[in-house]
Amino acid sequence: MEKKIWGAVAMLGLGGLLVACQPGGPKLIDKADTTSDTRSGYSYAEPETQAMQDDDFNNPAMLWADIGGDQWTTVDGEAGKSCQSCHGEAAKSMKGVGAKFPIWDAKLKTPKAVEMQINECRTERMKAQPWKWESDQMLGMTMYVKMQSRGMPVNVDVSGPMKAWLERGKEFYNTRRGLLDMACSHCHVDNAGNMIRANRLSQGQANGFPTYRLKWQKPGSLHRRFKGCNDQVRAEPFKRGSEEYLALETYVMWRASGLPVETPAVRN
Amino acid sequence: MKRKYLIAAAGMVAIAMAAAGTRAEMAKIMVENGEKIPQSLTGTPGNAENGRAVVIDRRKGNCLACHMIAEIKDQQFHGEVGPPLDDVGSRMGAGELRLRIVNPKIINPDTIMPAFYRTDGLHRVAKKWQGKTIVSAQEVEDMVAYMLTLKGSYSN
Ligand code: HEC
Ligand code: HEC
Repeated sequence: MEKKIWGAVAMLGLGGLLVACQPGGPKLIDKADTTSDTRSGYSYAEPETQAMQDDDFNNPAMLWADIGGDQWTTVDGEAGKSCQSCHGEAAKSMKGVGAKFPIWDAKLKTPKAVEMQINECRTERMKAQPWKWESDQMLGMTMYVKMQSRGMPVNVDVSGPMKAWLERGKEFYNTRRGLLDMACSHCHVDNAGNMIRANRLSQGQANGFPTYRLKWQKPGSLHRRFKGCNDQVRAEPFKRGSEEYLALETYVMWRASGLPVETPAVRN
Repeated sequence: MKRKYLIAAAGMVAIAMAAAGTRAEMAKIMVENGEKIPQSLTGTPGNAENGRAVVIDRRKGNCLACHMIAEIKDQQFHGEVGPPLDDVGSRMGAGELRLRIVNPKIINPDTIMPAFYRTDGLHRVAKKWQGKTIVSAQEVEDMVAYMLTLKGSYSN
């Protein structure tokens, strides 16, 4: 289990860098940055849930990963290509992707999530229809791509144009919202480890997405989780793929710096 | 010197028994010294038994999400986010409890605890909850009455 709880050092290193080049922006709660022991949601999960994640034969998310694996080699669209036509073996070409996304999209001028990259390849290079964000195919392919980085430390590049998005995500993270008037940080920074009714709050780390939730009986995207946490505090959520959630993904993935990619994680 | 300020002025919601979530007129709230709301929001005495039900109800008080209350042993899973409330009725009077429930941010601006009777100063409230309070004015009174019964350590 210890192998999954590394990375405090990398996190601090990054934090130091960031502080060093930070202009006098808006004053926000700063606790998230000083978290000295970054911990995966895995370390807060029940042993049975951990065991389910650890064993690929028992991990219920593998059904979706298999959909992704099948699609990888399936020719689709007018260009007559599959993912494999351009990228060859996923185990080689996709290694590292799950650790470094979101990356900067120079064309859209926003951060680019893996889901967006997949649809970019489908529409522009395969001339195929895009997949819906939360469809089984998209969940499966995102999972299959990210899985190729399992065990690698999360390491998002937040330099250059990504820096402004990191700041925007951080502001979102520390802003109270909804009728219950809570920020992400109230639960996942101030109360990580505490029980909130029947749930043990974790740090809300994103290193295992798409994650299979026992409560959902299926895997969900990170943006679905964002929406769920917005709904819980009775706040108006944003759309999957929205600028707000892309900024939030940038910040939340940066918070996970150093944690191993666990996709597909299992949580209750 | 006692300062009194009016937070929201509108008709008293007495008989209306405005169920939580309805667009009721807000009850009149007077905060004294930033530490208590001495006056009842409705003029109708609180019902402790109903207050206990509201405290448990996940759609209403849901206080157990964060607080442990030993007396409510018929419910599993009491949270650890806030302090246990077992003896709160000996430590606080009705006015202090009422302020805590109406809007704890008046006491601690950084608290995670929601304001259970407030519609202003909130950000991006979901459409179906806009202009509504988490619980009704009478439910605040009922919870205050219940909290006042929590005295001494609970055994058994
Ligand atoms: C009222 C408390 C609360 C708030 C506020 C909240 N969350 Fe959560 N969140 C939870 C609970 C409960 C879970 C499930 C248990 C856990 O992993 O913490 C969860 C889980 C998560 C997870 C999944 C962690 C994993 O290991 O799979 C992420 C990511 C997350 N939250 C992000 C956020 C973000 C971003 C925000 C703000 C938009 C937010 N949360 C606001 C309660 C909250
Ligand atoms: C999301 C978490 C949360 C919820 C839900 C919540 N509280 Fe609290 N409560 C807290 C915290 C944290 C404190 C500690 C003081 C502070 O943060 O200001 C507190 C403090 C209190 C206190 C003061 C206790 C003392 O000894 O000083 C009372 C009374 C109280 N809460 C009552 C309630 C009632 C009644 C409800 C439901 C209607 C409720 N709380 C719901 C988090 C919560």
